[in-house]
Amino acid sequence: MIMEDIYRLEEADKKLPVLDEFIESLSVKQDEVIAVLHKAQQLFGYLPAELQLYIARKLDVPASHIYGVVSFYSYFTQEKRGTYTINICMGTACFVKGADKVLNEFARQLGIKSGETTEDGAFTLTDVRCIGACGLAPVVLVNEKVYGHIQPEDVSRIIDTYKEKKGE
Amino acid sequence: MSEHRKHVLVCGGTGCVSAESLEMVTSFKKIFKKRDLDDQFMVLQTGCFGFCGQGPIIKIFPDDVFYVKVSLDDIDEIVTEHLINDRPIERLLYKDPETSETLPKQHDMGFYKKQERIALRNCGLIDPENILEYIAFNGYEALGRVLTNMLPEDVIDIVKASGLRGRGGGGFPTGLKWELTRKPMADQKYVFCNADEGDPGAFMDRSILEGDPHSVLEAMAIAGYAIGASIGIIYIRAEYPLAIKRLEIAIKDAYAYGFLGKDLFESGFSFDIYIKLGAGAFVCGEETALIHSVEGHRGEPTKKPPYPSVEGYYKKPTSVNNVETFANIPAIILHGEEWYADKGTEKSKGTKVFSLAGKVNNIGLIEVPMGTTLREIIYDIGGGITDGKEFKAVQTGGPSGGVITVADLDTPIDYESLLAIGSMMGSGGMIVLDENDCMINIAKFYLEFIQDESCGKCTPCRLGTKRMHEILIKISEGNGNMEDIDKLKTLGRMIKDSSLCGLGQSAPNPVLSTLKYFYDEYLAHINEKRCPAGACQALLKYSVIAENCVGCTACKKVCPVNCISGSPKNVHIIDEDACIGCGACYDVCRFNAILKP
Repeated sequence: MIMEDIYRLEEADKKLPVLDEFIESLSVKQDEVIAVLHKAQQLFGYLPAELQLYIARKLDVPASHIYGVVSFYSYFTQEKRGTYTINICMGTACFVKGADKVLNEFARQLGIKSGETTEDGAFTLTDVRCIGACGLAPVVLVNEKVYGHIQPEDVSRIIDTYKEKKGE
Repeated sequence: MSEHRKHVLVCGGTGCVSAESLEMVTSFKKIFKKRDLDDQFMVLQTGCFGFCGQGPIIKIFPDDVFYVKVSLDDIDEIVTEHLINDRPIERLLYKDPETSETLPKQHDMGFYKKQERIALRNCGLIDPENILEYIAFNGYEALGRVLTNMLPEDVIDIVKASGLRGRGGGGFPTGLKWELTRKPMADQKYVFCNADEGDPGAFMDRSILEGDPHSVLEAMAIAGYAIGASIGIIYIRAEYPLAIKRLEIAIKDAYAYGFLGKDLFESGFSFDIYIKLGAGAFVCGEETALIHSVEGHRGEPTKKPPYPSVEGYYKKPTSVNNVETFANIPAIILHGEEWYADKGTEKSKGTKVFSLAGKVNNIGLIEVPMGTTLREIIYDIGGGITDGKEFKAVQTGGPSGGVITVADLDTPIDYESLLAIGSMMGSGGMIVLDENDCMINIAKFYLEFIQDESCGKCTPCRLGTKRMHEILIKISEGNGNMEDIDKLKTLGRMIKDSSLCGLGQSAPNPVLSTLKYFYDEYLAHINEKRCPAGACQALLKYSVIAENCVGCTACKKVCPVNCISGSPKNVHIIDEDACIGCGACYDVCRFNAILKP
């Protein structure tokens, strides 16, 4: 893989300068690997190998180190996500209130397993470890929007809302 | 605050925000503007009131009226009826679930009566995004007093004498930790705030940071002065965007008002605070792992000693304290060590914040003196079990803790008593379980969590918990045998003894604790192939109650595996071997003719 591969990423010519500027603004760069990866994921939506290599060169650390960090933390993803990421909270409070049934229902209706993205690129389904909104258990997060007290019968309504949005 | 006739406080904690509480603030503002009421009334968002199960919450001052489950459509009515015409709206008031009595005032509610708020003192009272409100409630006074009147040693002595212990779960004496970090000679030392609240079902730290961020900043500066550190770092989960935002605002304001930065209170002491984001790794709550993560590495723990107080961030002495621990500090400095040490039990002083969740009526965040019994927490504060079900157990300490059963409901809760009954304080998550929760299923849930979160560095944790998880799956599917129980016990002991860090050392606890208190349930799964709680799908076999069955064929039509036979108007039969236990027949039957296992 060569550095130029990175320009195959969507709008790389626009996003990379923003990332560069962020890296330049940091005083102790090696210390800030996680912050840089957060910024990169925010810009690109995911952290493909090309981008990891780019960051490694910029920070002057081995690419293996970057990959080690990316693969260690669950917040970072190396796969492109769908337009809408459906996060099912699987914290204990949600679990005892039936979050697993909600997850299964989403999986059934979307035809994908947790961690996968639908073929049309609309939805990614994941489970997340406690977002701390236990008063609303079971909780579902679609991108930033929180849905509380969700039961399996609410699932189709949520999916339809976002299907319509995407269609607009 | 006196210029306005009434103040409207809207809860701005994550729970209420997700139920449109911020939109309510905007709506109030719009109405005030439109109807020219800006000089009479003021609306502000506060931190978490704690009563999350009743959210969104709105409180009106000075009337001290507490509205629950408010929706956006109610705002207009609140303005017209309550604010202008002084007629509180009956239907939005809290009703006691037992007596059905309407309780307009917060302190009359069972949920609040037994609480004593120290760490949460400002949550739900002040606007967390306005430093002036924090200052109005004695904010930064403790820092001023420490910097202008006290020696670092005096500060440590007060914290030691107060008896405050680490609220992240370990319970290590805070004053002692500071002293140990103060002792070594070093050109730089650090104060770390551990805000990596990863315990599923716990949201104490999030609420404190969202509701009262300045109290943590103030306490970190006090800690910095006490141990001789000029830099503080807050390590916070990326999953808490609102808390991060409020911290950023708080830090900016604290610098602007001279409570952070150079030469604070003209004492010559300087202190800077930075935020570092986590990226979703439970193990980073362990202090050595946390430090590695801040340094930009994989969050893998390392062997202790050396402890971070001697060799921490970049090998410099580092004191890592939890958010809730910090939130107690300004209050201890202001009110004195005796005031704090008077509360609680002999070895566990002060109060503890718990997040009460699961199958309990009043879900929310509570703060009670150490030594409060579980019965008081669940029944008096929590309002009992939902839907009138039977209480089964409380899980404390998350994936590192264990269960507490009916037998120990009257045990006063503190660090020691919880350890003695095989659980632990943990960070304060309390999950209430009822008769429908299968303990093997719960143990399995936690082990799955540990499997996901084990960093993989040491073998006992990485592989040992995997084997335990496999055995639990086997048992929950009805394929277990008595040898499996011995294996679970042996593996559990081994993992506890030989794991590198706290995560592995405590990982078997949920299994060992359920084995101890719910042995019968394990036996039922193994010997009778039965799940007494009716939760393990593979063991659920439905049957037809012949005398109730009218032969309507509804169950036969709905069965996804066609295991129900029978002709119309004749009794139907379920083939138990083919039944997958989905419960569809039970749900569809209108004649109570299906027996749920």
